[in-house]
Amino acid sequence: MIIANRKPFEEIVDMLKPYKRILLLGCNECVTVCAVGGAKEVAVLSSELAMYRAKEGQPIDIKEHVLERNCDPEYVEALIQVIGDREVILSMACGCGIQFVGERYRNIPVLPGVNTTFYGVTEEHGVWTERCQGCGNCILDKTMGICPVSRCAKSLFNGPCGGSQGGNCEVNKDTPCAWQLIVDRYKERNMLHRYLELQPIKDWSTSRDGGPRKRVREDLKI
Amino acid sequence: MRLNYPTNVKIIKVPCTGRVDVIHVLKAFEHGADGVFLAGCLEGECHFLKGNLRAKKRVAHIKTLLDECGIGGERVAMYNLSSAQGQRFAEIAREMTEKVRQLGPNPIKIEKGSNN
Repeated sequence: MIIANRKPFEEIVDMLKPYKRILLLGCNECVTVCAVGGAKEVAVLSSELAMYRAKEGQPIDIKEHVLERNCDPEYVEALIQVIGDREVILSMACGCGIQFVGERYRNIPVLPGVNTTFYGVTEEHGVWTERCQGCGNCILDKTMGICPVSRCAKSLFNGPCGGSQGGNCEVNKDTPCAWQLIVDRYKERNMLHRYLELQPIKDWSTSRDGGPRKRVREDLKI
Repeated sequence: MRLNYPTNVKIIKVPCTGRVDVIHVLKAFEHGADGVFLAGCLEGECHFLKGNLRAKKRVAHIKTLLDECGIGGERVAMYNLSSAQGQRFAEIAREMTEKVRQLGPNPIKIEKGSNN
């Protein structure tokens, strides 16, 4: 899923300074699961903003709404009945949702309430970690299901760098070295010989280096 | 026991402090409460195992949120006591009331008052 962090409160307050009637928009998908932009978080931010603005003597009128998804046109379309007299939308969806809503409703600013950070998993309740970078050419079959693109700070393809210490990455002592994990997994499965297979230089044109990506399936088009 | 505690303390009953969510406490402040305290069971004695420990973490989080929006995190507190400690409850109610009185009214109410 897509993981995000809520923006600092002061930044949100600054963005909303000129506005009085806001629509605080959440999303029921990824940002709900990573507890940053679902109904609960929308309610909490709404309450915080209402208290802050009341205290400052600039009361704010907040309408809360949560879309099933912010990245599909049918749900975004339904927003037309909710926007009404709102001057601005503060979206707590990921960057995709924020932009998609903005593309549909061009006469109203759509501001980001979160910083979208990575594609990850819930390691335990309250802990999310990165697993994929969407590089467009998956090599998990060659690396025992552990992705060196996203989990190695340098995205190395042929073993660890000198910064791998005690199984951890030098960039952050709490981050396991992806290549240590891969080699451990090779050993577990008695496949250490595969470590010797050299990976060729990666063609990054399928990743962000090739520019914004697009996927089309003609058979699904209506 | 016929114990006395300040009449400004209004009790909201929940099955366990683990039921108390962040938004419940924020709404209390939004509606003008000057302070909120959670009275949970003693640590390690939760009937639901971890309810009071969860509440403790939530209170810590609520403090940061209240600081952020200028209400003040010191207006919320977590206490642990057993249901047999009526004396302690009255003591906490007095202690919290005194603390909140020193902090003054909820800043939202001050602002609303100044507009009248």
